[in-house]
Amino acid sequence: MTKLSSLIAGIIFGIGLTISGMVNPQKVLGFLNIFDAWDPSLMFVMIGAILIFSPLHFIFKRKSRPIFAENFIVSTKKNIDKNLIIGAATFGAGWGLAGLCPGPAISSLSFLNTGIYLFVLFMFLGFYLGNFILNRK
Amino acid sequence: MNIINFTPISAFVGGSLIGFAAFLFFAFNGRMAGISSIASGSIVNNENRFDNILFLFGLIIGPIIYSFSGNEIVSILTNSIPLLIIGGLLVGVGTKIGSGCTSGHGVCGISRFSLRSIIATITFIITGVITVLIFGI
Repeated sequence: MTKLSSLIAGIIFGIGLTISGMVNPQKVLGFLNIFDAWDPSLMFVMIGAILIFSPLHFIFKRKSRPIFAENFIVSTKKNIDKNLIIGAATFGAGWGLAGLCPGPAISSLSFLNTGIYLFVLFMFLGFYLGNFILNRK
Repeated sequence: MNIINFTPISAFVGGSLIGFAAFLFFAFNGRMAGISSIASGSIVNNENRFDNILFLFGLIIGPIIYSFSGNEIVSILTNSIPLLIIGGLLVGVGTKIGSGCTSGHGVCGISRFSLRSIIATITFIITGVITVLIFGI
């Protein structure tokens, strides 16, 4: 049953990304272009998502377990370490180069565009490389 | 600074749907809808692998389902293939090392008041802005 809820959550997430305009790299780059011609839309996407998710998640968290899965799986990491900062900084640079982050990139596979395919292919290679770097330390 | 192409209503509505999808994933699967973790979790053999793959499949068909509503989906990829390749690699490595992306840190993490996620989000927005400042859009 967790497979069904994964699929449905993915579809709704994908529709949300589409309606919000975040599948359009030009709009994402417009948000990052603060000092020139700024498009603040992405901020409203985050605010909308947080206003819905945050209270619902705090209410639901009091239950003993999720509806289909056995347990809640939430990161318990608290420390601000080098990996967090270097990783986030690296991600931001890639985000600014392409105007794509993981969610919109994967949703955009449906647009059958070679540039998107290459981005996603190299993103997955990046996951392997990141794993390699983490395991080496 | 000028404000252009600002679409607050569709951004907010789409964002709310993203938040609702994240809530469904939390309520039914007990997990955070961080797309970089879901994507990198789809290539390693763990118990949630097929949940992850189905979520990604949902992300891809979301825009296709939305397109049946008759609304046009705009996606303009402005950057060259080499920049998309480097961008994809940096996004993959960065989100793996920094344990999250716009959805995992920016939406889910901030929603649960995680200091790590707040710092990660500020960091990737700053390096994203600097990258766009250097490379343009």
